[in-house]
Amino acid sequence: MSMNRRHFLATAAAATGAVMLPRAVMAADTIKLGSILDASGIFDAYGKSMDMAMRLALSQINDAGGLLGKKVEIVSYDTQSDMALYSQYGQQLVREDKVDVVHGGILSASREAIRQIMHKNKTLYFYNVLYEGGVCDRNIFINGVTPAQQAEALVPYAMGKSGKKVYIVAADYNYGQITARWLQKFVADNGGETVGVDFFPLDVSDFGSTIAKIQTAGPDLVIAPLVGGAHLSFFRQWAAAGMKDRIALASTTLGVGNEHKVLTAEEGNGIMVAYNYSQELDTPENTAFKAAWAAAYGDSNSMHELAVSNYHGALTWAEGVRLAGSIEHDAVVEALETGISITGPGGKVTVDPKTHHAILDVHLMEFENQGMRVVETLPQRQPIDTQAVCDLSANPDDNTQYEIQI
Amino acid sequence: MDLVFVIIVEMLYAVASLVLISAGLAVVFGMMKIINLAHGEFMMMGGYVTITAVTLGANVFVAMLIIAPLVVGLIGLVVERLVIRHLYGRLVDTMLATWGLSLFFIGLATMIFGNTTTGISTPISGFTVGNYQVNGYNFFIILVAILLLCLMYAVLKGTRLGLIARGAMQLPEMAAALGYSPERIYMATFFCGSALSGLAGAILAPLVGLVPTSGGAYIAKAFITVIAGGPSLITGLMVSSGLFGFVSQIFTFAVSPVIGEVALLVAAVVLLRLLPQGVTGKFFRGRM
Amino acid sequence: MASFWAKEVPATVLVAALLIWIMPMMIGTFTLTVLIIYGMLGFSLGLIWGFGGILCFGQAAFFGLGAYTYAIAAINIGDSTIPMLLAVLVPAVFAALLGAMMFYGRLTDVYLGVITLVVTLILFKFINSTAGPEYVIGKARLGGFNGIPGFQTLNVPGRPNDYIFGDPFYYVCAVLLLIVYLLVSWLLKSSFGRVAVGIRENETRVALMGYDVSARKTVLFAIGAAIAGLAGALFANWGEIVTPNLFSLSQTAEIIIWCIVGGLGTRFGPIVGAAGLAYLKFLLGQQSMIDNTLLTGIILVLFVLFLPKGLVPAVVSLWRISFGQRRKIRKHGARRIRRGGVGNG
Repeated sequence: MSMNRRHFLATAAAATGAVMLPRAVMAADTIKLGSILDASGIFDAYGKSMDMAMRLALSQINDAGGLLGKKVEIVSYDTQSDMALYSQYGQQLVREDKVDVVHGGILSASREAIRQIMHKNKTLYFYNVLYEGGVCDRNIFINGVTPAQQAEALVPYAMGKSGKKVYIVAADYNYGQITARWLQKFVADNGGETVGVDFFPLDVSDFGSTIAKIQTAGPDLVIAPLVGGAHLSFFRQWAAAGMKDRIALASTTLGVGNEHKVLTAEEGNGIMVAYNYSQELDTPENTAFKAAWAAAYGDSNSMHELAVSNYHGALTWAEGVRLAGSIEHDAVVEALETGISITGPGGKVTVDPKTHHAILDVHLMEFENQGMRVVETLPQRQPIDTQAVCDLSANPDDNTQYEIQI
Repeated sequence: MDLVFVIIVEMLYAVASLVLISAGLAVVFGMMKIINLAHGEFMMMGGYVTITAVTLGANVFVAMLIIAPLVVGLIGLVVERLVIRHLYGRLVDTMLATWGLSLFFIGLATMIFGNTTTGISTPISGFTVGNYQVNGYNFFIILVAILLLCLMYAVLKGTRLGLIARGAMQLPEMAAALGYSPERIYMATFFCGSALSGLAGAILAPLVGLVPTSGGAYIAKAFITVIAGGPSLITGLMVSSGLFGFVSQIFTFAVSPVIGEVALLVAAVVLLRLLPQGVTGKFFRGRM
Repeated sequence: MASFWAKEVPATVLVAALLIWIMPMMIGTFTLTVLIIYGMLGFSLGLIWGFGGILCFGQAAFFGLGAYTYAIAAINIGDSTIPMLLAVLVPAVFAALLGAMMFYGRLTDVYLGVITLVVTLILFKFINSTAGPEYVIGKARLGGFNGIPGFQTLNVPGRPNDYIFGDPFYYVCAVLLLIVYLLVSWLLKSSFGRVAVGIRENETRVALMGYDVSARKTVLFAIGAAIAGLAGALFANWGEIVTPNLFSLSQTAEIIIWCIVGGLGTRFGPIVGAAGLAYLKFLLGQQSMIDNTLLTGIILVLFVLFLPKGLVPAVVSLWRISFGQRRKIRKHGARRIRRGGVGNG
């Protein structure tokens, strides 16, 4: 009886699998990469381009002969901006699809929902998004910038161009709160003064009163780590009130989802930012990347910071597999921990063995006619915030997200 | 002193924007007893129509005040003919249908426009009051809201069409018995409601970051305002918008925008607990 | 009542046992578990809306409250037993207070909807703005938008290190849903349930017959909230993270949609609607050809046009058309009374 049942179960699972997932190849001689992203719903501005970047990276890897002589096959799921689906697809990737690596997750909550599933099942996990920092887990590799990497570069530059009095308006969640603390630290370190800090939940879209409040405080510079569509209203209302030429504006988030293209040139020009990527970067890698993107998708405008991070993630993983000569979990982790680097469209990206975060180039930029003009490139910035709390070579069994005390 | 002026402007702006975002829903709900869950998406489409029209070379004001309401009104008309008219008198089913429509429109807008549509700047520049810069566009919104209320009053009170509409609203069977096809009236009402939603979306477009999912932010607020207003269309809209806008701005300035929004919601709870039929269910009876 | 114990209970248990046994062969248990949890959540609204006539836009509030209560209590206590109980109690008490405020204030239909909607929004906004370190309950940080991860999950009562997860957790959820289903069926057969349906049909008349309408509505509302709270606690255990999205407007709307699609005024309908639509979403996410929001929208619109009464009533009437002659007339009458009038909301 139980044999029968098990047999039926296996057949049924295989059958449903075959029906539900129109895969190109079902054979075991491929390497499977799982991807979980919000390709529809309220976070699709980020997820869609990330998905495109991942597919582009894999097709390039496959065109170059694949990895270890095998093709890389993508198993991708659209979480439709629903947190519960992250857990579901995470389990699906691990148990049914038995993928060799998982890339994905956009919001921190979605990362935390799948990180533990991957950790328990020893499935290698890449999180390729800028985030608040502090995750310490040997099973995960992260190659987005963290607040300290950005703030360390952005604050002195922006203060140098404006003045010593700084007002911070940040998104009210972990990322915003932690970024605001780092900003305050670097403002103080550079001899400035923070005259006000305000936090806004992600659904606030009316900033008239805030703009009046900021004027009462009279700062020289406003730094605005605001996130998402609703918060874009701040920059538009700021311009509508004619504040643009009176007080300088900087941000650590505006532009990662191509927000500078939603703002008109008059609204955006002059806003200062610091990221790992800009479409205007003038390097051979970026030129090649843009050409490949245009060839694959026709439109060359939809790539952004997060998409490029995802692309870097795929390249880093592929490099690790090549070095390890195997797709076995521990071998790949050890290969990545040798501190390998790749050069992608955003510059050189190096794995930091201690934290599994990325050492990367941070570019100081200014918005100009709906683009991001690179002012200065600060090469190979360390993830100093996470390094302060996390040492995976000393504690390989660590599995926490630290809140970094400043 | 300057600050007081700024606060007053912001307060009036808050009231005006509540009037604008609720007007379309108020017409549809008040006349047809349909909870249009796709209201926010009609607004979103108004925004996109405006942006598209301006990029194609239309004058900003023409795009906002004429093209957007017309186009969205026509979309509403199509929706009414294809879906809503099968569901009259079935509140629950219309909720399901309009929720489905809202998802459909979000998906459609995503496929057509993608997520990075360049917005339009406000056509009116900011100006200085003492030490403060004020958003000049606020005055335009306040003006439009006032004109809109006057227009609605004039149409309902002064024209034969308004008379029929009011009659059909109070006693649909009687209006039908007098020879006025309820179907026609409902069709016209849904067109007007959609056009008003489109107008609201168009006018707010230069102030918000427009993405296909923007509509979701408005539906709850509009719904609360309309219900709290009660059965009288215009008076209800004015009173509840005025109250909620005032309360939320006071707390926004005193504490923070979050507390402002929470204060609005708490005010709604208290109001409905004290006046279970909405403001105009108790006071201003029989007005419009 | 006699036929309830003699026929309906054994039949329900038998069917449920069969389903619990067969379903894992078709759908992975992890996904199945969440479908059951959503089923329970849909069922909770199906009870108070379909049978009590209370249009509640705030079922997500009780769901989220249950999940958060569980997470916070589990972090502070360690063992999962008391948190589970609290997760049922807290939403129930909250609903009792809210219900008393509304029903003794004689709020009805759409005004109820607005109040419950507003309360949900307030909770959502509050939880969403608790990212700062000052928002702590005992040892638990509320975490704001990112939610609370990493709490103790369900364990064998009294033995905090024996976790119930994977397949056993699926069976726990399934059995809990069965128990809840039977309890509610029993409640609806009792005089309390009949009066509740009476209130839905004609409130004034029931009041004039001497029943305390407000008290009964409040109790029914609290029972619905308790079930939603239980579903929330199970959801927290399943996902191992709770986020403010549980309270969100889209979550609330989804619960309402489940009930309408499944069939209002039936017990089984909301469960089927919830599980079915959630599974549909799961399947849709595996394709990337067409925007999934668009597809869901089209499906819902077509659904309301062609199956206006909901899935379960449609199947039942199809069954009746095919095999109707054999059914006893007595049952027909009872059903018709129970179903009538819901459509007017």
